[in-house]
Amino acid sequence: MKGARRIFAVIVAVLLPLTLGAAELDMREYLLGHVGDSYGWHIATVRGEAVSVHLPVIVRSSVSGWHVFSSGHIEEGGSWEGFRLATGDEPHSGKLVEETPEGLLRPFDISITRNVLGLMVNSSLVLLIILFGARWYRRHNAMEEAPRGFAGIVEMMVTMVEDDIIKPCVGAEYKKYSPYLLTAFFFIFISNLMGIVPFFPGGANVTGNIAITLCLALFTFLAVNIFGSRHYYKDIFWPDVPVFLKAFPLMPIIETVGVFTKPFSLMVRLFANILAGHMMILGVLSVIFITATMGAFLNGSLTVIAVLFGVFMDILECLVAFLQAYVFTMLSSVFIGLSRQEPESVHDDNKL
Amino acid sequence: MSLITPDIGLIFWMTLIFAILFFLLAKFGFPIISGMVDKRSRRIEDAIAKAREAEERLSSIADEQSRMLEDARREQARILKEASDTRDNIIEEARSRAAEEAGKILSGAKSEIAAEREEAIREIRRYAASLSLGVAEKILRKELSSDEAQNAFVGRMMDEVERNTDKS
Repeated sequence: MKGARRIFAVIVAVLLPLTLGAAELDMREYLLGHVGDSYGWHIATVRGEAVSVHLPVIVRSSVSGWHVFSSGHIEEGGSWEGFRLATGDEPHSGKLVEETPEGLLRPFDISITRNVLGLMVNSSLVLLIILFGARWYRRHNAMEEAPRGFAGIVEMMVTMVEDDIIKPCVGAEYKKYSPYLLTAFFFIFISNLMGIVPFFPGGANVTGNIAITLCLALFTFLAVNIFGSRHYYKDIFWPDVPVFLKAFPLMPIIETVGVFTKPFSLMVRLFANILAGHMMILGVLSVIFITATMGAFLNGSLTVIAVLFGVFMDILECLVAFLQAYVFTMLSSVFIGLSRQEPESVHDDNKL
Repeated sequence: MSLITPDIGLIFWMTLIFAILFFLLAKFGFPIISGMVDKRSRRIEDAIAKAREAEERLSSIADEQSRMLEDARREQARILKEASDTRDNIIEEARSRAAEEAGKILSGAKSEIAAEREEAIREIRRYAASLSLGVAEKILRKELSSDEAQNAFVGRMMDEVERNTDKS
């Protein structure tokens, strides 16, 4: 025991003055580069050479029309056909801009960025998983046996979401909404999990991007409000409250705001949770690189701590991945269920 | 700032890809899975209901069976009792008939014996009469061997007849 302590002290004494020749880490660049979007997919840097997947840039300029070119041309501050990435102090920083006589213009940009590719990969994965699960039923007699293995897991998940979330929350007409809600669940769940996978083709921060969650929230908003019952709209614009609350339209205003805050909360919740998870993991791991210049001992011991915390955060994120998919689906179901509600008091009046 | 400003290109692709994904899954994915699961669970429910029904029927059959067994046993007891009654009756009757018959035979024998005895008595009487007649004859013959005796006898006889006629 005493010998071990002495050996440890010697190792510390030897390691302390050692430093690695590492560059200073630009924290802002590091975090935003990982959680944000980019035109190419940077995988790793090997001996100073960037290994990355070049993705197609698709832009339509109001001056020069459509342009399609590889993202390789605009990497490292390069310029192609008048397009380049805006730098830190310019407007649209990090986005593609066109240099025109009138100044920098932001074109209509539907490039296949990292997140778009991640979106495609994740969606294909969801499609494969579900269609594989569904294919089992074509090959077997579902009346006689239950699927096992992978198809069994798919069936279990689908049944779990449908029985635990959709049926109780939506109510009697759940069948009409269940394909959308299930699609949303599996899309969010798979995307969350793929976001945790640290290497290509995982690692794209799809569900932690506000554009994605905005679209998802918008779909729920449409599902809620297009098929809303008469009772739902009556409750918004003419609720059962004393007349003075409606004459000066306090309640209708509150209810109308509520219509928009519900999907807004969905959007922000998913976005913030996943983004925060990514940030936490990146922050914990950045400790390794920040301390690289502080000596081998400090760096080594903090690396151990950072890795342990990283493992913990990854496991936590696996839970969050499921939880956020569950919560998004459940709240969507609840909002849809509320919009399909029929007034109970009216039935009672009829009976009396 | 770029983190919380939605990018139009991403919105475009998300809408497109999610719409395709939703269309494909809503057509070929989820309805098949949940439909089959529904069908299977309905079938299982049916099977359970049927099993319960069969069980109920089985238990009712068992009830019926035990009731029938009970009935049969009671019937058996009744028949046995009847049989034993009948047997007793037959034996009783036979006994009484036998006693009666025996009485009849006995009385027949008695009357026959009585008749035989009367006959025998009569025979004996007749024999005794003829015997006494013979004796009387012999005695008479011996007494009436002389004339005087004959006369005296006739005279007594005559007296006797006279007395008899007087009396009458």
